[in-house]
Amino acid sequence: MSGERGEQPLLQVEELRVEFPTEDGIVHAVDGITYQVHRGRTLGIVGESGSGKSVASLTTLGLTRGQGANISGRILFEGRDLLTLPDRQLRAVRGNEIAMVFQDPLSSLHPFYKVGAQLIEAIRAHREVSTAHAREHAVELLGLVGIPDPRRRVEEFPHEFSGGMRQRAMIAMALINDPKLLIADEPTTALDVTVQAQILALLERLQRELGMAIVIITHDLGVVAEMADDVAVMYAGRIVETASTELVFAHPEHPYTWGLLKSIPTLTGGREEDLVPIPGTPPSLIRRPSGCHFHPRCPYAQPDHARIDPRLEPVEGASSHQVACLLGAHARQRLWRELSAGRMPAEALAAAGLAEDGR
Amino acid sequence: MINYIVRRLLWGLVLLIAVTALIFILFRVLPTADPATLRAGRLQSPKIIAEIRADLGLDKSLPAQFWIYLKGILLHFNLGYSYYSGASVKSLLFDRLPATVSLVLGGAVVWVTAGMTVGILSALRPRSRRDRASMGGALLLVSAPEYWLGLIVLYLFAADIGQLRIFPGSGSYVPLTTDPVKWFTSLLLPWFVVAAGNAAIYARLMRSSLIETMGQDYIRTARAKGLSERRVVMHHGVRAAINPILTILALDVGVLLGSAVLVETVFNIPGIGRLNYDAITHADFPIIQGTVLMAALFIIVANILVDIAYAYLDPRVRYS
Repeated sequence: MSGERGEQPLLQVEELRVEFPTEDGIVHAVDGITYQVHRGRTLGIVGESGSGKSVASLTTLGLTRGQGANISGRILFEGRDLLTLPDRQLRAVRGNEIAMVFQDPLSSLHPFYKVGAQLIEAIRAHREVSTAHAREHAVELLGLVGIPDPRRRVEEFPHEFSGGMRQRAMIAMALINDPKLLIADEPTTALDVTVQAQILALLERLQRELGMAIVIITHDLGVVAEMADDVAVMYAGRIVETASTELVFAHPEHPYTWGLLKSIPTLTGGREEDLVPIPGTPPSLIRRPSGCHFHPRCPYAQPDHARIDPRLEPVEGASSHQVACLLGAHARQRLWRELSAGRMPAEALAAAGLAEDGR
Repeated sequence: MINYIVRRLLWGLVLLIAVTALIFILFRVLPTADPATLRAGRLQSPKIIAEIRADLGLDKSLPAQFWIYLKGILLHFNLGYSYYSGASVKSLLFDRLPATVSLVLGGAVVWVTAGMTVGILSALRPRSRRDRASMGGALLLVSAPEYWLGLIVLYLFAADIGQLRIFPGSGSYVPLTTDPVKWFTSLLLPWFVVAAGNAAIYARLMRSSLIETMGQDYIRTARAKGLSERRVVMHHGVRAAINPILTILALDVGVLLGSAVLVETVFNIPGIGRLNYDAITHADFPIIQGTVLMAALFIIVANILVDIAYAYLDPRVRYS
């Protein structure tokens, strides 16, 4: 993953594995993922629902503790392993050095407390300040995130806010202790399209002004294109492709990434260009497909892909670009060339001469 | 809000009149012993019975009787006089009310405290051994009828007949104003019996409500803020989970104030329930009517209190 070389990353996730034992079997929610986030930069984690992207972030904050999860690997934040940190010390990190914004701002704010009270509580959980002082800070933050008349609105309840205003309030609450890392889990999914753009612009502005790093979790490549410096594409609990945002959009290497890219409409593509949805549904994380987990949905899968488990490996000629795919490098290049020319997967497969063998 | 309360109170009044009419009709249409005959006792001559009948107003037509009764209540707050003793029903009720209020409110304190504590502890570790044990115990307590449980605790702990003579037994009630210490000790066993079944229900209710609440997104937010688990549970979880408890509490107290018959009878506490029980054995209509009316009043008031409490507890609720 690109980033300022030589500098220690702010967050280093190494071989993180999160499993939930259930009555039906073990849910392999996160299956050995590794990524870094550098200071002041933005990582986009992309994937369908059930790909493990949220669980990975909740685990970073220790929020999957106490749910009976089996967790292994390392999550280094400024050199400290958050996975082995005692509860009390982890609490001092949560909401203070690492903060989180969730998907649905209405259900994420407590319905019975005033917005101001919830912000004040967030401050006083980490700082010994008077309520009056905390209130001033809350008003200031609500103003910073673009809520008009913040002095009046701190006295209102969440249900008196509009959806966009609620998410602004959530962001204000997350940023109130000046965190070094902000994790935004689908921050715009529950919002109207016009409001989505405002929230993304707000996050970008705040990042410039406050200098925090952001991990943005989304199923929407548009959000990634807008926000992220680097991208990690997740499928069935694993990272299947990771690179800088430019590389992922210009030279995507994984068939799942192609699927994501081809299933969003583009303005340049014209009306006659068909959208290509990814067939099938995300796999069960209890009984995952053998071999490459994506092979049942992959139009280019070869017979032996059901047996061999691909590893995340650097793409030839671009060491910061990694992909976990069993197709040969040339085959992938030819396929993507055909797909970007507007061909359907079956046509691309034939045109690339790969119907028999994926080498 | 004020408008809403006034409207609810007016409706409550209409409901009370309807309840009055219903009881009035029920007790006169259904076959019971003739109160005049009962009053006459051994002097069973038709002349005396007719005199008593005229005296009690039973010779008038039913609508006329009802009208007289209703007028008494509305104009003079007069609930009539006991057929049996001739005492004013109103003063009888007021005499008996403190004992019932002592029993019910004290019991409520016990069952809310016990039920919420057990419920919260169970909810924090669902399916743990502690949870299973307390929910199993709750099931036993719910299944135990009050009069049975009352007799058992008397047999075990009453100072006069018990195996372990620890607590004052049946008939030991003294008013709070007479002797606060004796008042308190005499009510310990009745409070336990009144509270047992309710505590079990409240524990189960609190448990399921809190388990549901703890799965909400705002609980995750509270944790993500870095709050202590104690604050997350009490300030965010219990605060939101408590609404159904308070709702059912007001209704339970309202109902029980008018109908703590069994416990008052077993422990011989001179309360409303006991008064009602005695009145039924004497076919003493005015008292029965008075007690039932009072029970209805408590339930209606409890319902209005619940609605007001809801608006206060949940800022999203607004009445218009």
